[in-house]
Amino acid sequence: MPRVNPIDTEYFKDERRTGDFTVIGKTVQRSDALGHVTGRTEFFEDRTFPDLAHVKIHRSAHHHARIDDVDVSEALRVPGVLRVITHRDVPSNWYVVLRLIGIEPNDEPVLAEDRVLYKGEPIVAVVADSEAAATEGAARVRVSYTELPAVLDVEEALAPDAPIIKQAGTNYFVYEGHHCRRLRFGDVERGFAEADHIFEWRYSSAPIEHAPTETTGCVVVPQSSGRLLIHSNTQAAFFTLDNTALILERPFSDLQVKGGTVGGGFGGKVDVMVEPLACIAATLTNRPVKFVYSREEEMQVSSPRAAERIYIKDGVMDDGRIVARKVMLYVDAGAYSRHSPYGTTKACAHLPGPYTIPNVYADCHCVYTNRTPSSAMRGFGVTIADFALESQMDRVARAIGMDPLQFRLRNAYRDGDMKAHRKIAEGTALIEVIQRAAALVGHELPEEYRALTSSTPRGDQP
Amino acid sequence: MKIVNLKVNGVGRTFIARPETTLLLALREQLGLTGAKRGCAQGACGSCTVLLDGQPVVSCLVPAVTVDGSDVATVEGLADGRKLSDVQQAFLDGFATQCGFCTPGMIMSAEALLDRNPNPTRDEVNEAISGNVCRCTGYEPIVSAILDAAERRRAGANL
Amino acid sequence: MTLLRGRGYASVNYPTGMNLGGDPSQALIHATTMGAFVISLSSVDLGQGLKTVVAQCAAETLGMPMENVIVDTADTDTGPHCMGTFASRGTHRVGNAVIMAAREARDVMLAVAADELEVDAGDLETDGTGFVRLKGSPETKIHIADITLAAHFKQGRTISGRGIFLKERNYPVPETGEMDPDSCQAHACTVAEVEVDDETGVVTVLSLHNAYEIGRALNPAMAAQQVEGGGWMGVSHAVFESTEPYYPASRDHGPVDFCEYLMPGPAEIPVQSSVILERPASNGPFGAKGIGEMTANAPIPAIANAIFDACGVRLTTMPFTPESVLRGLDALRA
Repeated sequence: MPRVNPIDTEYFKDERRTGDFTVIGKTVQRSDALGHVTGRTEFFEDRTFPDLAHVKIHRSAHHHARIDDVDVSEALRVPGVLRVITHRDVPSNWYVVLRLIGIEPNDEPVLAEDRVLYKGEPIVAVVADSEAAATEGAARVRVSYTELPAVLDVEEALAPDAPIIKQAGTNYFVYEGHHCRRLRFGDVERGFAEADHIFEWRYSSAPIEHAPTETTGCVVVPQSSGRLLIHSNTQAAFFTLDNTALILERPFSDLQVKGGTVGGGFGGKVDVMVEPLACIAATLTNRPVKFVYSREEEMQVSSPRAAERIYIKDGVMDDGRIVARKVMLYVDAGAYSRHSPYGTTKACAHLPGPYTIPNVYADCHCVYTNRTPSSAMRGFGVTIADFALESQMDRVARAIGMDPLQFRLRNAYRDGDMKAHRKIAEGTALIEVIQRAAALVGHELPEEYRALTSSTPRGDQP
Repeated sequence: MKIVNLKVNGVGRTFIARPETTLLLALREQLGLTGAKRGCAQGACGSCTVLLDGQPVVSCLVPAVTVDGSDVATVEGLADGRKLSDVQQAFLDGFATQCGFCTPGMIMSAEALLDRNPNPTRDEVNEAISGNVCRCTGYEPIVSAILDAAERRRAGANL
Repeated sequence: MTLLRGRGYASVNYPTGMNLGGDPSQALIHATTMGAFVISLSSVDLGQGLKTVVAQCAAETLGMPMENVIVDTADTDTGPHCMGTFASRGTHRVGNAVIMAAREARDVMLAVAADELEVDAGDLETDGTGFVRLKGSPETKIHIADITLAAHFKQGRTISGRGIFLKERNYPVPETGEMDPDSCQAHACTVAEVEVDDETGVVTVLSLHNAYEIGRALNPAMAAQQVEGGGWMGVSHAVFESTEPYYPASRDHGPVDFCEYLMPGPAEIPVQSSVILERPASNGPFGAKGIGEMTANAPIPAIANAIFDACGVRLTTMPFTPESVLRGLDALRA
């Protein structure tokens, strides 16, 4: 059934200029759909390789523990088990994927050494002829632990008496000498002092799984040239290649990544979790090796969307202007950085939301706890902030007795406004989407609000 | 180990199955039919749905040794040459696919529904695909495509 | 038992491109002997439809039909570098790189055609059906297959192009957070309507009404797929999903399969109506902004606000489970 064209051509008529296009703006069929409906689309796991070996992982049973001993002898006795891989087999065991854009320090081991920082952390990889043998081998690895106190709450992690769980010496990522990513614009305390009302509330979320229908995985095939060919469902082919080469301490030209067809990503397939170990296994056994997460691993040990905790304090005038906003934001990065230091800065850049507020103060903390490391997910840094910001907007509007859409329109950012991070806004359209949504549901707006446009300078208007 | 004879998409196929071999892995790794996907291997995502003697099953939970002598239909057998089945064509036209990983299983569930009920209600469509997880589309385009396919099939039958 | 109805609003914006930039993508394009254009990339299509929209960008720029465009991705041996598919950057970055490459290839294509037709390349135009023709004299024309054959076997020229898009890396000022994080911002306002069962605490999202401004909908049906598929994910995040249902109190109870990790099925989806506005971004491919990620964002607070509107319970912790609704109702009655 052909879909109804959703474009409303009445808005931004002067700027749209569509007259000359032949295929842009047209609903052409997806080039991949025929393969999808016939089952011919080739995902990474849809190839067969003779002599394929499989990797499964023995994982930490504790949130935080010292590893006293690792015994792999029983695993090696399982029929079909070819090799076990420990941290000693990983050429450059410590990494952080964001080192490619200059983030330091390397804070995560590919395989745990003397300590585990979260339940489910990989300790030993087992390579076997079959998945069943690899699974059985992984189950037979014996690890002796001494449990250590675990930190499981972001604010407790930052308390002065909290056990320090990170080698770097702090339970937070350090941003150029600061314990958080800071945003300082105007004078927020003066804003609060001048405000007619002060509202302060707390918001929080729990971790969320990407749940792509295809789990994270790869097949690595040794080539006659001596190179390794990696069939992967990574979201970022070169990012995976470069990080893998650094871990393997091999020339970048030794690796080739083939992919590009992915059964859902949502941010969960940029962590480079499977390729390095599969490459090591393929090198050690000289066989094609598959390493694919089980659904249980995807649910519980692959990075989730971070849980966040957000405090918002607003100073608001009787007429509905927000004159000051202070945000304390805590991202639960879990045990390791992965992409969280980046996501926390992205959250900071998003504050104070799409509104022009003259005084803004924010501290965005990237906090380490003994939980499954979180990482990128669709809307990284923004999704949970938007939940907090837009819940706050609704509550403030109700508290001062103002229509929720009028309250947003009054504060909406416009072209020419300076954002809190000091970039001048351009191409804004918040006002128009609010007006259009109001029309969609028959929410009446007074003429003065219907007349607002994003391209009209704010001046002294409401 | 057991020798298993199946009719797959109308063609006789024979393979040797270990006790732990699932129908899904036999199709994918021994018969080269990779349309059915392994999304969970727990019987909970529906990506591996095929028709076993006309009934939709999650093939990841079916031991291959138990289906000797059966008829199996997979997504690869639906099109007649380049002519797609009504369900396939409706999915294509209705933008009912995004990443495509759930699509083969979703289509097989839909085919099974329309085989037994040519004129399903929206609720019946919802029920028929309730074991098939899609993370991309929000389901609405899929449900609409299946209702559209039912209409196409009925129109075809009346010709 | 009473079913209480409410309506809630949320308006949001979302940045296009990797935060702070520094995230290039490249494209190479070359013509085959018979008039096809192969776009070589290493970019990844997650199902959002990148391969389709970049083919549209190439076809539009070349002035050739979609059928003449082949997208070859993602092989790191044959495709040039791409930072990856994340941060709502694919359409914007890769689209721009493809347009740049296609412009270069188009210039050569027109030069070859000009030599064949013995006219000035500046006087030529494409007709979108596969012909290059003389402006004002449409009968003077040559088909792309003849152009590329001539280029290969007669003129000895390569019809090809190179493209890259890079937003230069920006570094925040540590003290103030001054920075240039984005290339542009897309916008959305969602209105959610819910029904709350005051006996079971179950929240049913009845409808989502979405107004999006995305610069340019390069392919309107695919843009709508993002809006409504993401809308579903927003509903799912709001009322169903967590890997740690009792976070941060307990690490137990973590789901391990789709029977325990709950998401709305086809019988639990809201009715959605969606409208897309276009305010082209000056730096976007044909003005397009990235919308892949943002579509799950506005529904969540809109649903929270609708729940309050329905029953007076203000839920400040995601997800909005029946338990949290019932505890909220109990607190109101206390």
